[in-house]
Amino acid sequence: MKNRSLVSINDFTKAEQLQILDRAEEFEKNPNQRILQGKVVASLFFEPSTRTRLSFESAVNRLGGRVIGFSDANSSSTSKGESLKDTILTVSNYSDLIVMRHPIEGSARWASEVASVPIINAGDGANQHPTQCLLDLYTIRQTQGTLDNLNIAFVGDLKYGRTVHSLVMALTQFNTTFHLISPTELKLPSSVKMYIKDANLEYHQYTEITDAIPKIDILFMTRIQRERFSDPMEYERVKNSYILKNSMLEKSRQNLKILHPLPRVNEINEDVDPNPKAYYFQQALNGVFVRQALIAKILGV
Amino acid sequence: MSTELRKELIVSAIENGTVIDHIPSNSVFQVMKILELDKTTNQVLFGTNLESQKFGRKGIIKVREKFFTDTAINKIALVAPNATLIEIRSFKVVTKRKVNVPDNVENIAKCFNPKCITNIEQVPTRFKVVDKTELRLLCHYCEKITKKENIHFI
Repeated sequence: MKNRSLVSINDFTKAEQLQILDRAEEFEKNPNQRILQGKVVASLFFEPSTRTRLSFESAVNRLGGRVIGFSDANSSSTSKGESLKDTILTVSNYSDLIVMRHPIEGSARWASEVASVPIINAGDGANQHPTQCLLDLYTIRQTQGTLDNLNIAFVGDLKYGRTVHSLVMALTQFNTTFHLISPTELKLPSSVKMYIKDANLEYHQYTEITDAIPKIDILFMTRIQRERFSDPMEYERVKNSYILKNSMLEKSRQNLKILHPLPRVNEINEDVDPNPKAYYFQQALNGVFVRQALIAKILGV
Repeated sequence: MSTELRKELIVSAIENGTVIDHIPSNSVFQVMKILELDKTTNQVLFGTNLESQKFGRKGIIKVREKFFTDTAINKIALVAPNATLIEIRSFKVVTKRKVNVPDNVENIAKCFNPKCITNIEQVPTRFKVVDKTELRLLCHYCEKITKKENIHFI
């Protein structure tokens, strides 16, 4: 993995993904290890983010490295019309690794082809979000004791939800049975469904959450995002249709855990939070350990 | 047979070179562009809206003193999937072959996704052909599939 970029989750093999999860377990036990002394990580966030950016920066800091960068495209030369290529070529000169979030799809792949240092994709538009995927895998393994043969439901915006795309692709390596719950307009794109079909895995599609609840081990909720809609009317029509309430969990399995990449708006009612099956805040903490592991692997330390 | 005769009269025979036959009439100029015949110094003869028994209307291109590799010619498969390549030497047909849809397509088609980096910055497009019969192109950058009906050429 040394000096390799992570743009899409399948840039790394299953074995490599599992190595990162194993390394993350070490960081969970002992998060402060000064192994990045003298290393500079650039954190380029062309689009706002709380968890991803701060957990990356926290990961670098806990490892003793330094962070440079910006958290808003308006404070970079992009606002003067600089191309992504030029920004990346410049920042490559100043850093050992670039973590990048950008609203344009495919921007991270392009950056990885231009840069002289490895790129970690922290989200490119509605395309991929592989580090969220690694932390989701980590959380699923942590709560279920395994990644194999699970029944996993995805709810909400499966069309534009990049965390869903990366995670579905990764789970096809673990004999998952998929339960896909979304409004018709927001169904999983055919390019992602292709991975499920190619792996000959079972999948079920629903328009109601309650139909799937008794059958699943993991319930992965997503936000229906206003900014992904070109038609505001369509957003208004579907935004309240996929809200999880505590009463809906009565028939769920004992081992069920509810995950969410966060931020949530109203798609998980707050009455779910005290339920021990709610696991989204622990999930967010895992982001730091997994990103520590990934950075350590890519920088070869 | 009479159509053949008429066609030969319209686009005259060549002594040595390549005939690209059975091109959809509206794709002749795209084929020329893809094969860079708009930049060549060779003599190029072409016809569009010619009668064809198989396809109704067709286009044809004849290039004097030029022969194409399979890689070069397969690039036109996206716009002219039924094209026939005829190699001519001394006015005689030496070989005839069909085009094959390539595994990868570079800088010929546009990605249909308006939010793809290739439509926003100057990035050459790259696709993997994931379905050769239905023509489905997986973008190397945004990872979305451009279907046949959405393919536009650069």
